[in-house]
Amino acid sequence: EVDLEERLGELDLRSDSDVPDVPPATDSTPEILKRALSGLSARWKNWWIRGILTLAMISGFFLIIYLGSFMLMLLVLSIQVKCYHEIITIGYRVYHSYDLPWFRSLSWYFLLCVNYFFYGETVADYFATFVQRREQLQFLIRYHRFISFALYLTGFCMFVLSLVKKHYRLQFYMFAWTHVTLLITVTQSHLVIQNLFEGMIWFLVPISSVICNDITAYIFGFFFGRTPLIKLSPKKTWEGFIGGFFSTVVFGFIFSYFLAQHQYFVCPVEYNSETNRFVTECEPSELFQMKKYSVPPLLQAVLGWETVNMYPFQMHSIALSTFASLIGPFGGFFASGFKRAFKIKDFADTIPGHGGIMDRFDCQYLMATFVHVYITSFIRGPNPSKLLKQLLILQPEQQLSVYKTLKSHLIEKGILQPSLKG
Amino acid sequence: NLQESESENRLDGETASDSESKSEFGGSPPVPTSDDTPEVLNRALSNLSSRWKNWWVRGILTLAMITFFFIIIYLGPMVLMTIVMCVQIKCFHEIITIGYNVYHSYDLPWFRTLSWYFLLCVNYFFYGETVTDYFFTLVQREEPLRILSKYHRFISFALYLTGFCMFVLSLVKKHYRLQFYMFGWTHVTLLIVVTQSHLIIHNLFEGMIWFIVPISCVICNDIMAYMFGFFFGRTPLIKLSPKKTWEGFIGGFFATVLFGLLLSYVMSGYRCFTCPVEFNNDTNSFTVDCEPSELFQLQEYNIPLVLQSVVGWKTVRMYPFQIHSIALSTFASLIGPFGGFFASGFKRAFKIKDFANTIPGHGGIMDRFDCQYLMATFVNVYIASFIRGPNPSKLIQQFLTLRPDQQLHIFNTLKAHLVDKGILGGLEDA
Repeated sequence: EVDLEERLGELDLRSDSDVPDVPPATDSTPEILKRALSGLSARWKNWWIRGILTLAMISGFFLIIYLGSFMLMLLVLSIQVKCYHEIITIGYRVYHSYDLPWFRSLSWYFLLCVNYFFYGETVADYFATFVQRREQLQFLIRYHRFISFALYLTGFCMFVLSLVKKHYRLQFYMFAWTHVTLLITVTQSHLVIQNLFEGMIWFLVPISSVICNDITAYIFGFFFGRTPLIKLSPKKTWEGFIGGFFSTVVFGFIFSYFLAQHQYFVCPVEYNSETNRFVTECEPSELFQMKKYSVPPLLQAVLGWETVNMYPFQMHSIALSTFASLIGPFGGFFASGFKRAFKIKDFADTIPGHGGIMDRFDCQYLMATFVHVYITSFIRGPNPSKLLKQLLILQPEQQLSVYKTLKSHLIEKGILQPSLKG
Repeated sequence: NLQESESENRLDGETASDSESKSEFGGSPPVPTSDDTPEVLNRALSNLSSRWKNWWVRGILTLAMITFFFIIIYLGPMVLMTIVMCVQIKCFHEIITIGYNVYHSYDLPWFRTLSWYFLLCVNYFFYGETVTDYFFTLVQREEPLRILSKYHRFISFALYLTGFCMFVLSLVKKHYRLQFYMFGWTHVTLLIVVTQSHLIIHNLFEGMIWFIVPISCVICNDIMAYMFGFFFGRTPLIKLSPKKTWEGFIGGFFATVLFGLLLSYVMSGYRCFTCPVEFNNDTNSFTVDCEPSELFQLQEYNIPLVLQSVVGWKTVRMYPFQIHSIALSTFASLIGPFGGFFASGFKRAFKIKDFANTIPGHGGIMDRFDCQYLMATFVNVYIASFIRGPNPSKLIQQFLTLRPDQQLHIFNTLKAHLVDKGILGGLEDA
């Protein structure tokens, strides 16, 4: 038995052929569905299960949207924790390292540290007034980076102290695996939450575009699929890819048109300290106000209109949908390659017919980062209240010199009148 | 045949548990150590015994490195930045080479190119952020630079994505796992090496003293702990590094704190060390000239009664910075070594004696810098938390990108605050 263990324990071989398969996935379809579909053939049964679960997930999504931003934040956090758990579990299985002392605790500890760091930065920004009132929170915020770093260092030192003589390599592998997973799941989920706070539309449109692309690419591939797209995923076809691209752009365009009309989706999420709730009420920015656009002569002949009323946001939605259709799938290919490399069929068995949570969210990760970078580059500048907060903690001499610079700039631009008394 | 059996040994020697290793370094080490001590030294020391010869080689190289360090400090911030950049690239190269050797993946198509491409991307991102902060006026003047800096994050992200897509497209059927390992290895290395080197440069721009004192403390701790261990060492400290002892650890701690106090005292007197580095637009060069902040102005401190009897003085004149230097030296002596233990564990895990053979007697560049990485992050976090607030020029830069109504709102709030604090008179001054 020891020999078998050692032979199977080999990991870094030149080719993948010696890697043992991870045990087959268990079937977690609920009994009720099984009985209802027992009469159908296996292929249709699978199709029905996938279909029903898809509808269930979409309904769940709508429900959470209705419940508001705070619930969405909690949902994102739960998904993040579950994805992290799934990837770490795969790491344990690959490296047979369930028995390693400490390591499970250390992985969860690092997850906690990094989340604490990120949430601390977010909370400090958005809950500024709430935080100002409470003394203990003030202290935590002011020294936030130092505290996070100290917490991380503790984990690092615990890791070094936990190195056991015969298991150095395993432990380093798990350490690296944990950190790469943290980099992927935790940073992306925080970018998703930042996007959410910008306005729920920046959360809904990208995610829906990715889901739409998934579904329409599948449907186009099902009906018209002929030319394979990439060796990694043999089921994907060029017809599905291109058809999915055009459908997603159209979908994004139409969907943003509907969402842009409601303040609930369009306004940045703010925390109202009086009512202790999140509010989404504001004067819609110019992105969400109808404008007349002239239709280019080419399309004029096709559509028959000379001008069209659109929201500027719909232009941005084209960029978002294009990314979701063209680059998003690379996230899916990456996950497929990962699954093939480690010989697993799905990340986990959480969702019947679909696999694990990671399976559903693999394309979303690149999308979240893209939306965040897009917003910071093209849409908004830095957060004014954060800037103000930073200005107020400068040294008095620095504040004075900044004040003078700002004043000369504003007068130069004509925003401030020199003779006016503030 | 010989090669086949050798590769068999390597295969067996690399199981997940290290139990097969009989000697200290296991089967055949992936990187054969070559002796690249210069011929001159070899001849000069040929008649000494091998132990003393090793000691002399190490000693001479240590002095050479310290001299080199002084020279580049003299040459100024720009040269220092370049040196940090070179060290970073060399460290990245060393760790990636180890990865190649571990995974026998020299033959993998594309991967070397991709690793260097990712290094370039991440460096571009970080240098872009730094350059925009410190060279603000220079950037605003040149139109191409202005566009590059305005859309910097987007451009960096696009560059990174290109690398990511190239990676996905380069996945080859039988080598998926290897390629994912190298991808993970590259990213962890980038995380360690590149982020830390940029934190060092941030510290450097804060004032050269924030660069020199931490690095010197780590070096001093290394040397002092070694000496104390050599003369008084008895109780082993940790199984990972059998040569380290508690006597060396504690002796090194006290020696380093003392050294830090003395070094800071000497350095705080000179403007070229204590002033933040700034880029002068008119002369197009770096200047270190300013009014020293209160950290670097002598103050009277009362000595606690306990020490008064020992030292015999009632008060002492010190720079406040020296108090901070105690914190820095403490970290360098107590937590810095964990970076060294981490690197030792890493070398044992992958059965290598040194990271590379760049420095005779010392190993690779990584071997010298393993303790420095934690230190760089600590100093940066320390500065950000306890010393300075945000960078005023960066704030101005962010301010200028806001909308006019937001700018006006912030301006008025700031003005009200200044008036409130009495910093600004109530009347409008032209």
